[in-house]
Amino acid sequence: MTPARKITAALEGECSERPGLIAYLTGGYPDERRFRKYFLQTAAACELVEVGIPFSDPMADGLTIQNASKVALENGATLRKILRWLAELAPETGKPVVLMSYLNPLLAYGFAKLAEDALEAGVSGFIVPDLPIEEAAPLGDALGQSGLALIQLLTPLTPPRRLSLLCRESRGFVYAVTHAGTTGGKKALPADCIDYLGMVRAQSQLPVYAGFGVKSADDVAMLAGHVDGVVVGSALIDALDRGIDPGEFLAGLRG
Amino acid sequence: MRQTGHEISAERLGMPDTNGRFGEFGGRFVPEILMPAIAHLEDGVRRILPSDDFTQELQRELREWAGRPTALTLAPGLGRQWGAEVWLKREDLAHTGAHKINNAVGQVLLARRLQAKRIVAETGAGQHGVATAAACARAGLPCTVYMGSVDIRRQAPNVARMKMFGAEVIAVDSGDATLRAAIDEAMRDWVCNPVDTYYLLGSVVGPHPYPYLVRELQSVIGREARRQLLEISGALPDIAVACVGGGSNAIGLFHEFIADESVRLVGVEAGGTGSEPGEHAATLARGKPGVLHGCYSFLLQDGDGQVLETHSVSAGLDYPGVGPEHSMLRNNGRVEYITVSDREALQALGECCRSEGILPALESAHALAGAKRLAAEKPGAKILLCLSGRGDKDLDTLMKIADGDFSQ
Repeated sequence: MTPARKITAALEGECSERPGLIAYLTGGYPDERRFRKYFLQTAAACELVEVGIPFSDPMADGLTIQNASKVALENGATLRKILRWLAELAPETGKPVVLMSYLNPLLAYGFAKLAEDALEAGVSGFIVPDLPIEEAAPLGDALGQSGLALIQLLTPLTPPRRLSLLCRESRGFVYAVTHAGTTGGKKALPADCIDYLGMVRAQSQLPVYAGFGVKSADDVAMLAGHVDGVVVGSALIDALDRGIDPGEFLAGLRG
Repeated sequence: MRQTGHEISAERLGMPDTNGRFGEFGGRFVPEILMPAIAHLEDGVRRILPSDDFTQELQRELREWAGRPTALTLAPGLGRQWGAEVWLKREDLAHTGAHKINNAVGQVLLARRLQAKRIVAETGAGQHGVATAAACARAGLPCTVYMGSVDIRRQAPNVARMKMFGAEVIAVDSGDATLRAAIDEAMRDWVCNPVDTYYLLGSVVGPHPYPYLVRELQSVIGREARRQLLEISGALPDIAVACVGGGSNAIGLFHEFIADESVRLVGVEAGGTGSEPGEHAATLARGKPGVLHGCYSFLLQDGDGQVLETHSVSAGLDYPGVGPEHSMLRNNGRVEYITVSDREALQALGECCRSEGILPALESAHALAGAKRLAAEKPGAKILLCLSGRGDKDLDTLMKIADGDFSQ
């Protein structure tokens, strides 16, 4: 099974009863030791772990992940190191791992070497928030040759034709952004996102996971049945910062 | 020498391709949520920018409100000291005190035609913020300007001016709290408000179509200067010089001269206090290509692709990126890029004050220092320099450094 297929297999399933969970952690946050611990605890309580590569200018992120990136960078986290840690950690959990990274750290690493080292580290795919489909071919091709997924993000503003293009081009799963905004935030999820998620679901052959602003059991309950699962990032990091066990927090979200 | 514009290839004229690439540089590296807004803007640029109706209104506003054409001034004092013939294109005389108004007026007119309800902008030195706030006041559009807290301190008069024009100024403390952090935050605002908000980017950076749009609006500088110099002196310059941060005044000056092969084009970057990371903002001299703020261009970054902090005495040049067209012009050799230090810039600023009675902005002082060096290399050269803005905003900084005495 290719890594991309492995993602799909892990995220498919019994969606109406029990929505799937993708849990996001910033790599190396707050430091290597605690990241390793959080990673194992988190992986045990979700279907897939999304690990963020910290970047100096995270323009799609809200305050929580901006701060997590800054702290991780100050404590020495790099893409190279995170791949090394994951090579040890990922096999222990059996859960697929995808990396969320802005493009520049990937460019600096080199796409060919990235695909090789990611495969080696047990990483199955990539989410790149500043890489629209028009610019995606060089990275998508390099990853595709190793069977790694380049996961496309869709938004409520994506026009219908583009929506079907992105669903077709995505690998692993389809990431449906719930609203216009940065990651995290205190605002309630907009009620009309349900219609849009229905459109995405109708277009996509792959599992559809909704993310950005998913923070509570109520949010998850509202989305359940309309998507295959949800992505939880900022809310998880906020919980870690409050000393809450990630396993308990994630279990609580599923109600 | 050129004959007519039609004989010049699109690439020579720096037309980006359909994906907004100048050679290999440029592109649109933005979150998916912004792609419809980018497409809307691209459509507006294609349809509205060349229309007679838009062109006429823009020209009228530039003439009757912004004070164009700006003067071309022979600088005999500097010429004598430096052993050259020095001509200053006086963007400091434009309304609000810098070339930034050319772009702000044009984009506000465009935003209104695109039915925008609100304008957001970033600012470094504050000149783009002031120009945007003024243009928004005149157009009756609400305006929010993001500005790094370090820049708010060193460019206080411009903060007050923006507020006088009714703009909301939001301090940005993240990152290095200068221009780059202000752009991060303005882009986040746009990500959160992609439908009714128009992002009025102030330089030839960012995702396509901004580098093209801003260049088109700034190339009035070179168009006027070329015509004025030919009228007054009967000949083209040997060298045209401008400072480069993001690079909008430089592109604005150079664009009209690209096809004039006899004219040497020189961009001057901020060398700060040294050549180590964090001591300068010399992106084209010391950076390598990468993606920041939506475009692929030269970038000051470390080996892991993290963007480096920068330093320049000039807030407007204190930026780790540069416009993608400059990256192309660097690599194809049409423009040379040199670096001058804070100290050289301050010295040249002092010389310009005393011998010409003109107080240039710290940004423009870098172009002056560059011209001085070029004059030393090529005595008697006829040099056209873009004096991109006036230095009133920098008086605080200048008084703190040497109580106004830069003769040493």
